[in-house]
Amino acid sequence: MSSTSNAMKFTLRIWRQKGPKDSGKLVDYKVDDIIPEMSFLEMLDVLNEKLAAEGKDPVAFDSDCREGICGTCGLVINGIAHGPLAGTTTCGLRMRHFRSGDVITIEPFRADSFPIIKDLVVDRTAFDRIVQAGGYVSFNTGSAPDANSVLVSKDASHDSMDAATCIGCGACVAACPNASAHLFTGAKVYQFAKIPQGQPERDQRVLNMITTHDKEGFGDCSNHGECEAVCPKQINIKTIAQMRRDYLVASLRT
Amino acid sequence: MPYELIMGDTELDSKVPDGPIDQKWTLYKQNAKLVLPANKRKYTIIIVGTGLAGASAAATLGELGYKVKSFCIHDSARRAHSVAALGGINAAKNYQNDGDSVWRLFYDTVKGGDFRAREANVHRLAEVSLNIIDQAAAQGVPFAREYGGTLANRSFGGAQVSRTFYARGQTGQQLLYGAYGSFSRQVHEKNVTLYNNREMLDLVVKDGKARGIITRNLITGEVERHAGHAVLLCTGGYGTIFYLSTNAVNSNGTAAWRCHKRGAFFANPCYTQIHPTCIPQAGDFQSKLTLMSESLRNDGRVWVPKKKGDDRHPNDIPDEERDYYLERRYPAFGNLVPRDIASRAAKKACDEGYGVGPTKRAVYLDFKSAIQRMGEDAVRERYGNLFEMYEEITGEDPYKVPMRIYPASHYTMGGLWVDYNLMTTIPGLHCLGEANFSDHGSNRLGASALMQGLSDGYFVIPYTLGNYLAQHQPHDELTTDTPEFEAAEKNVADNLKKLMEIGGERTPQDYHRELGKIVWNYVGMSRDEEGLKKAITDIRELRKDFWSNLKVTGVNEEFNKNLEFAGRVADYLELAELMAIDALFREESCGGHFREEYKTEAGEARRNDEDFCYVAAWEWNGDPTKPKLNKENLTFENVKLAQRSYK
Repeated sequence: MSSTSNAMKFTLRIWRQKGPKDSGKLVDYKVDDIIPEMSFLEMLDVLNEKLAAEGKDPVAFDSDCREGICGTCGLVINGIAHGPLAGTTTCGLRMRHFRSGDVITIEPFRADSFPIIKDLVVDRTAFDRIVQAGGYVSFNTGSAPDANSVLVSKDASHDSMDAATCIGCGACVAACPNASAHLFTGAKVYQFAKIPQGQPERDQRVLNMITTHDKEGFGDCSNHGECEAVCPKQINIKTIAQMRRDYLVASLRT
Repeated sequence: MPYELIMGDTELDSKVPDGPIDQKWTLYKQNAKLVLPANKRKYTIIIVGTGLAGASAAATLGELGYKVKSFCIHDSARRAHSVAALGGINAAKNYQNDGDSVWRLFYDTVKGGDFRAREANVHRLAEVSLNIIDQAAAQGVPFAREYGGTLANRSFGGAQVSRTFYARGQTGQQLLYGAYGSFSRQVHEKNVTLYNNREMLDLVVKDGKARGIITRNLITGEVERHAGHAVLLCTGGYGTIFYLSTNAVNSNGTAAWRCHKRGAFFANPCYTQIHPTCIPQAGDFQSKLTLMSESLRNDGRVWVPKKKGDDRHPNDIPDEERDYYLERRYPAFGNLVPRDIASRAAKKACDEGYGVGPTKRAVYLDFKSAIQRMGEDAVRERYGNLFEMYEEITGEDPYKVPMRIYPASHYTMGGLWVDYNLMTTIPGLHCLGEANFSDHGSNRLGASALMQGLSDGYFVIPYTLGNYLAQHQPHDELTTDTPEFEAAEKNVADNLKKLMEIGGERTPQDYHRELGKIVWNYVGMSRDEEGLKKAITDIRELRKDFWSNLKVTGVNEEFNKNLEFAGRVADYLELAELMAIDALFREESCGGHFREEYKTEAGEARRNDEDFCYVAAWEWNGDPTKPKLNKENLTFENVKLAQRSYK
């Protein structure tokens, strides 16, 4: 089914690093027979199958759902987390957005808090620990009231959903000059700040999550806005502003 | 005949409680044995998988005070593929005042499953559906709302009421994050320990009971032993056996299959769901297919040109020259017929030469009337993210040009056999969510997978597991230092070594693609005796070739995707044969299992209740070519068996 008439060629300059303690370097690979409908990761699949067939070590990268929702994939493509197309994860990016003959540089999401596991795969478990510190509503299964007994305005629900859509990919950290995870943390804080269910723990949540954020070694926010620009779910940095306001209020109250 | 039927001699006891259907679960809960709160912490529960079923079970059991060890193949519990479910979750709330009830959801699900599910399980699911929505709303899941602040609903296939709750086109994501939040709270409380980047590769059975698992650390390659008083398998379905599917690339059937080889029966493997509305394949390079939510059929109209091979642009084909074939053939349900029926109808249209698009394996899903009726903004509000996804993949704008869609593998109704307690044929091994076979019969209705995963995890297993544990005193100390653990660990290590050492020419992906084509062509949307026999022979040949010509690069002791995939493909090469055998011996058509030999004059599925009203529970017999068939007869005391009609 694949046609070669519109095949594209690329030079891929890829970060190779054997393990967390090894030093890495950029290595060039050539691929041809790439068609415009392919996703960026499918192009890497083609490269990897070629490398495997030649008995060479394939490039380690991570991905799962390949439809932009699981947050597993994430590459810095030509210096931009998730590549040139706004509002798109790496897996959703198609090769028609590149020109045949391009040299494409591919690097991992870099941050001290995201140690490299191998090649393009990084450890983002620090995000889980931020959520564990308070990114939820605390109540035990079985004790919930009827769903319609707590009314939530359409606007509040909408607003909350805009933040809740964060997929935890880590692009915001990779793009930030301070390697801050404020957009990730802010999105979670904002989601609950906007709805009644989030109110009882509002102060404690923001205090605990920010404390953990800082302990994990993520930097502070200095309003560059790079995070918002690369966020595949286009989460607004107003979530950071809300988080900082909530943090201040909570600090004064406790 | 490539396989002669071997009958097993196990009496399968479903353990369905006595009493009227609407009282069974209540009576069960009243009579279930309990574990003293102070004793719960003495029990260690192993939960494999962190999707809706696994995360909700881990959270709830942690809250109850059990010690939970949770395992996932991802870096984070939040990545499980439940995250990708789009359209919604059913619940019999009747908030719309449109005549819904627990009974109606129960009835719709039994009928939707083409009368091949266990009545008592389905009724319990319908009852519990009410609690799930309350639970999720209390977690702060941002469901769609009406202006007054109440929850909104939409319609899904196979139902004439509006009972589907949703969070835009990201309902699975939001429900999973709700469960993941509760799960994370239990990790924080130290009731749950997460073992991420771990793949379960064997089950440890001691004295006939499940007592632990063997895992491989996907970062270091280390093979590890873990002991528990019970094991909960929540590892999802085997839809990626088709290679191309809407599942994630890491979704796999390995954990379930390895349990099968340790004695858990595998039920109805031929019941697979091919989802009607996916973006068609564009080329051989493709790694997955993308689903367009069923919710689109609320407002989208499915059609093909009335003239065969009509090459005109869809917008140039006037209404009277279009065949809205679902509306024509099924006026009562129209575009909202269940998935199996919509998929087969699309296949039929393409087989007969009416297909559209470059490959002619597609039909149109058109929003023109919806846009005219309610305006582009209203359509955008309902389906905006799906339309964007479609445009990014195909380069076409569905607000202007109808979508092209074609069926793809999406879900598996088959899975490990479980009784009413969700326990498999291995005592102590429980199976939840898509990985089990229990609630959807031979066809799952839309928005019911999320419901089942959360029902099993939040509201069923906390009761049934307690009932099991209360009958088994906790040992003083859990130990992995037993001959059974040693043997299982050796089995895993030997198998990994064997895969690494074949030293052949073909990659695991290459084998997977070829297997996928066999399964899609002969064990896919339509099946017949000749094709199934051919599939069995072809799969055997491919399996033989795999074990002599596989090439795995790298080493075990590192992050090695090729090795992970190789193990999963090896298991699929065995499971695929069981699927074909199951399909061959089910000489009827029901739900997702359509045999060309058994159809009505109108081309609809023709069941044979006389001979096949049973669950086919296959028993491992030491060799993938010699499975044994055990039957659980299905009795319908509340719903009358009838030919399923949506006309």
